[in-house]
Amino acid sequence: MAHKEFHMIQEYLSPVTTYSLLPFRFMRLDRDSVLLTNDWGEFKIIAPDTFERFIHNQLNTTGTDYLDLRAKYFVSDTRSSDHLRVMASKYRTKKSFLEGFTKLHLFVVTLRCDHSCPYCQVSRQSEDKTRYDMTSEMAHRAVDLMLRVPASAVTCEFQGGEALLNFPLVQDIVLYATERNRSIGKFIDFVICTNLSNLTDAHLLFFKEHNIKISSSLDGPAFLHDHNRPCSRGSSHAFVEHNLRRAQEALGRENVSVLMTTTKKSLAYPREIIDEYVRLNLGSIVLRSLSPFGFATKTMKTIGYSSEEFVEFYKKALDYIIELNRRGHSFAEGYATLILSKILTPFPNSYVDLQSPAGAGFSAVAYNYDGEVYASDEARMLAEMNDTSFRLGNVLDNSYEQIFFGERMQAIAAASCNEALAGCADCALQPYCGADPVYHYATQGDMFGNRASSGFCKKNMAIIRHIFELLRQANSETEEIFWSWIHQASREEMKLPKVSWLSN
Amino acid sequence: MAIKLTTYGNTAGLHRRFTVRLTRDCSAEAMNHTDLALVVPLARESADLAQYKSFAAVITDSSVLFDRLAAAGIPAVRVQSTEGYREGYIVTIEPGSGFIRTIFRPESPHNTIFTTDRCNSNCLMCSQPPKEVDDSHLVEENIKMLSLIQASPEYIGMTGGEPTLLGPDLIRLLEAAKGKLPATHLHMLTNGRLYKDLAFVRRIADVNHPSFVSAIPLYADVAGIHDYIVQAHGAFDETVEGLYNAAEAGLAVEIRIVLHKQSIPRLKQLAEFIYWNFPFTVHVAFMGLENMGYVKKNWDDLWIDPVDYMDSLGEAVKYLYLRRINVSIYNLQLCLLPQSLWSFARKSISDFKNEYLDICSPCTVKDHCSGLFLSQVNRHSEHIHTLSVI
Repeated sequence: MAHKEFHMIQEYLSPVTTYSLLPFRFMRLDRDSVLLTNDWGEFKIIAPDTFERFIHNQLNTTGTDYLDLRAKYFVSDTRSSDHLRVMASKYRTKKSFLEGFTKLHLFVVTLRCDHSCPYCQVSRQSEDKTRYDMTSEMAHRAVDLMLRVPASAVTCEFQGGEALLNFPLVQDIVLYATERNRSIGKFIDFVICTNLSNLTDAHLLFFKEHNIKISSSLDGPAFLHDHNRPCSRGSSHAFVEHNLRRAQEALGRENVSVLMTTTKKSLAYPREIIDEYVRLNLGSIVLRSLSPFGFATKTMKTIGYSSEEFVEFYKKALDYIIELNRRGHSFAEGYATLILSKILTPFPNSYVDLQSPAGAGFSAVAYNYDGEVYASDEARMLAEMNDTSFRLGNVLDNSYEQIFFGERMQAIAAASCNEALAGCADCALQPYCGADPVYHYATQGDMFGNRASSGFCKKNMAIIRHIFELLRQANSETEEIFWSWIHQASREEMKLPKVSWLSN
Repeated sequence: MAIKLTTYGNTAGLHRRFTVRLTRDCSAEAMNHTDLALVVPLARESADLAQYKSFAAVITDSSVLFDRLAAAGIPAVRVQSTEGYREGYIVTIEPGSGFIRTIFRPESPHNTIFTTDRCNSNCLMCSQPPKEVDDSHLVEENIKMLSLIQASPEYIGMTGGEPTLLGPDLIRLLEAAKGKLPATHLHMLTNGRLYKDLAFVRRIADVNHPSFVSAIPLYADVAGIHDYIVQAHGAFDETVEGLYNAAEAGLAVEIRIVLHKQSIPRLKQLAEFIYWNFPFTVHVAFMGLENMGYVKKNWDDLWIDPVDYMDSLGEAVKYLYLRRINVSIYNLQLCLLPQSLWSFARKSISDFKNEYLDICSPCTVKDHCSGLFLSQVNRHSEHIHTLSVI
């Protein structure tokens, strides 16, 4: 049977006379390259003269650059559909962290604490339980609110002060939430934030029984940690080191994590901090900067630093972590992982930081010890400085609707989308960055903020640009390292597998 | 070793094309079974013709028996040798021409349902060029075949032509497969273009087959190149839409890429396109070229020695592997692949068209190698060589 005629490629891929640009943002990365990004985070880096030709409808429409841009939906032409559905699906996927609404519920069970960390604005050295502890009634109303959100999985996180100083309320909340949830059927992830200084076997037994995870703090080796986190009862570092092991053994390594906060003193010790994390068998670190607001000027001078100083520290630490991975350690940095997953994957992530809409109220909510509801942990810290701008209501007085959809929350929401913030809306890094109305209100007196002088902007732009630089320089091994972080996998798992039948 | 699945024999007493299962057992249970054909090898024939009567036909390599059956009016087929007609095989026999096609072999991992010769694309590298014929009778034959299979095999492929051209008959076929062989994984090769019709896709999904994958080819990340390769304007848009409809309806999809001169230049970009747009794909298969059908005609536009595209392939495979997309390499010989890619290479070539070269005999990894297509024995990469690893 005679076959059909074959047609030449020109019949399918002929030059198009005109094309339309689809929405994208762009910025110069350096002298030789322009970064283009679209709403869901696909990117393309091209030479400046290519960019010029591209935007002036002069790019060769059968060349590689044009086809690359076409395939990433930066441009539309008559050769094929624009696949609006595909674009919509990608955008929806990236923003799907919003599905189910607020998932992280912080319960400040007490403000009492045996530590007096200078970067903590809220803890109280007090024996007066009635003044600084949440009541059972408030806690139950907060649980009721948590179980009202549409999400099928929520996180119930116990905060302080030192949460274990009010362990009876922690138990009360866990039991009440579990009981109430019987007919609701959500997955509740319980996490307790504790400095570990009072950890008893009874605590561990209860955590084990109810699948409660531990989140603690470790700022580095003893000399640094104890400097940052003075404790009235002895060396905080010694407590952490001893009890971290116990907790890891009792609950499993994956159920115990620690957070690190960077102070001025930390800046000189990136390697020492990371070595300490490795020594204590912790698989990752999040290099967190201070939330630099609400301090007295004097304190700020002692522990504070500029965004530039933090970024320098961050880069050094990150370089060292990558080097450790090259030497075979599997060790991840959380903030870089968050940004990498935003740049390299079509998926959303569930971190509260660096989101748009911002996490405050949308992804997280804090129930303070006095029953007041705040849009975030930072917002309740601000409240301790007598500024209740981010107060959403009170668990005893207000309904779910009043709290989560009230005027206050709507005002916050208006300043929560970096798509619509001056200075962010046209920034090429927008899809990888976030908004932070609490930060900007606290530092600039305005939830919308001014990007030109924003420390948040300085820090995040510098870090995201740095990560782009690392990606552009990345060899095969660095790529494997980054993906091992994204997948929370070991270095070995990211290497191309060997066939089982081949010896060595 | 390649196996011959078609042959011509002489027939007597047959009036229409029919599909039967073969048996060599003329015991009582098998009697009166009109869907069974009895295979009687030379020297095992019986003088008593009565026992042959109740079968749909008797297949034999004995001329004597054949003549006697013909004379007695018992349907019979004479073949060169009965060796290729084993217990449980299912064959289709045409009267007149005596054409016999083996369509199912219980021991083979490569059984396929051939749905139609028709296709709505005309791919440059089609190994089985489409024919504009009315082959609607294949539907009933295939449903019959499914009903004759005794034990659920692990896997059955569905191919063509383009199976979705069957329309409502495809649904019937899938229903039959689900009804008869619920434990069998069904793998349908389709260009996915007709999946642009969401209602049709939903009807396929409504069959609710427990293990059904649509394997859909995507040859480029841009319309112009894909449409050129499949020789159909608008095909890219239809397939993209089809992949989304499949995902929306809950059908599992695999994406297949044939490696040749037209698909190689944008292979890495294609991997990126797949990850960003179809991360729901259950599998991505990169496939070496089979030197059949149109490939011979379009050789110069298609052929590129695998050795010369190995960097691109390695990059694309690693790109998907790092992103946890399940990825395989089909039809490429281990001696052409760097060892780092061996774990992705599958023994993908169906047994009936699988061959090895003489230089493969001493190769220490031959057992793990896909080997070659029968059609490639005389035309293949110049770099195929004997390996002595392990």
